[in-house]
Amino acid sequence: MNRSGISRFFTSFPWFLLSLPALLLVWRLAADRVDNPVLLPSPNLVAESALELFGDGSLVADIKASLQRVFTGFFIASTLAVPLALLMAYFLPLRQLFLPLVTILRPIPPIAWIPLAILWFGLGDKPSYFITALAAFFPIFLNAFAGGIDVQPRHVHAARFLGAGRWLMVRHIYLMSALPHVWTGLRIGLGQSWMAVVTAELIAAQSGLGYMIQANRINLETQHVLTGMIVIGMLGALMTTALGWCERFVLPWKFQRQ
Amino acid sequence: MNVVNDQAEANTPSLRRAGQIDLREIAIHLPGKTRFEAVRNISAHIDAGEFVSIIGPSGCGKSTLLNAIAGYLAPSGGSLRVDGEAVTGPGPDRGMVFQHNSLFPWKTALHNVAFGLKMNGVGYRERLARAEEFLRLVGLTGFSDRYPAQLSGGMQQRVEIARALINNPRVVLMDEPFGALDAQTRERMQQLLLDIWGRFKPTVLFVTHDIDEALILSDRVLVMTCRPGQAREEIDIDLPRPRPENIVVSPEFIALKKRCLALVRDEARKSLIDGLEADRIQIPVEA
Repeated sequence: MNRSGISRFFTSFPWFLLSLPALLLVWRLAADRVDNPVLLPSPNLVAESALELFGDGSLVADIKASLQRVFTGFFIASTLAVPLALLMAYFLPLRQLFLPLVTILRPIPPIAWIPLAILWFGLGDKPSYFITALAAFFPIFLNAFAGGIDVQPRHVHAARFLGAGRWLMVRHIYLMSALPHVWTGLRIGLGQSWMAVVTAELIAAQSGLGYMIQANRINLETQHVLTGMIVIGMLGALMTTALGWCERFVLPWKFQRQ
Repeated sequence: MNVVNDQAEANTPSLRRAGQIDLREIAIHLPGKTRFEAVRNISAHIDAGEFVSIIGPSGCGKSTLLNAIAGYLAPSGGSLRVDGEAVTGPGPDRGMVFQHNSLFPWKTALHNVAFGLKMNGVGYRERLARAEEFLRLVGLTGFSDRYPAQLSGGMQQRVEIARALINNPRVVLMDEPFGALDAQTRERMQQLLLDIWGRFKPTVLFVTHDIDEALILSDRVLVMTCRPGQAREEIDIDLPRPRPENIVVSPEFIALKKRCLALVRDEARKSLIDGLEADRIQIPVEA
């Protein structure tokens, strides 16, 4: 095998086929050593728990509840954040008015909003929508804003020389220049939103994966807690992968390297 | 090719003659703390279909002058007219080819070229067909679906030229368009440009710091002084066209080159001395 062949083998080999069993093995050995299923249930126990929870339909219901909250919040956040950010990028007075507010609001973590969210919206879906939307808003906003100010004068000049009017200029130059950043923002926003939904459900909901984890912790059903955690991790990874795959259709010019 | 010729023939004689540039006592100040005088009192007349290059020492304001004709910069004095109309901003009557890649990275070569037609309301199929034709004209058949990032520097510049020419502009402004290319590619691009210019006969105003390039391409070379840029001399290039590659070793060419070199060196030396004196006595250069 030549050099490039070797390096291709090393980069394309599905290494997780090694790392994943290794993790399971370490986990199994640790669980044997701890020998207390409340502190650390073994992988087998967690697998049984997963089958059980899938079987009685409760896990699927929780996944549905969480996903619905994430997508609702994410949808609200993106429909607000993208236009707002672009308007602020393009109009200086708006930027000077509102950017300081964003700067102050942004460092407040979504979890700090939960008390207010409960006071305003009670328990259930609504506070979770609020929290997931909030978590997604800032990454989407900041990236879209960066995209808005990233428009290159040379592209604007070129378009003006080619006779572009206002509307076509916005559509073909400004929005297209912003798109890669907006897309990055959406990707990060969805991830943040997914993490936030678990936080919100730990406290402010009666269903969903976060709630499920919390309830099982109280019942000392640690294997269910771990099942919930693993499902959260896998769904998050799935979303990231799916978005990464969509990118080639949204930003085709970023993918057509020679 | 027919697409192109039909269009040229459809133009009325008056339109075909269009593309005259009239500069009268142009002065340009660049905005800033001290209003920097970039160009002083330049007058010139450029005929329709003429190929004129502007050369001069670095920082002499040649790009600034071009930008004023392009319409980015409003001159602080004098009048600037294209076909009798005062220039008020960038517009599709003038095509501009930039030094640095200004292709839209999110559009394929074909759609970059077709963009100007879209802006002028040409239908989808027709504009793609004509863009394809122009890509062929610049030797890029088969590269229509590539994005700019997938093209070499020379290819990108060719797309850029095709894009600027597709609207059949009366005036083509070029700001060191081949400055970033290697010597061989640059030579090929010069021939390509001459070929295209011969077909459409737009007025070309070409800024370069490469004297050979100016001499090979132009009917006339305008030499500018060091800053603030003034017209130092206008040199008619009476070399016969088409100009073969070996023209660069002909005695006429060398004589012209010597003359241009002497002028540019003289100006560059002046600006160097000015700079050194300004440094020594540590006062800001008078603006």
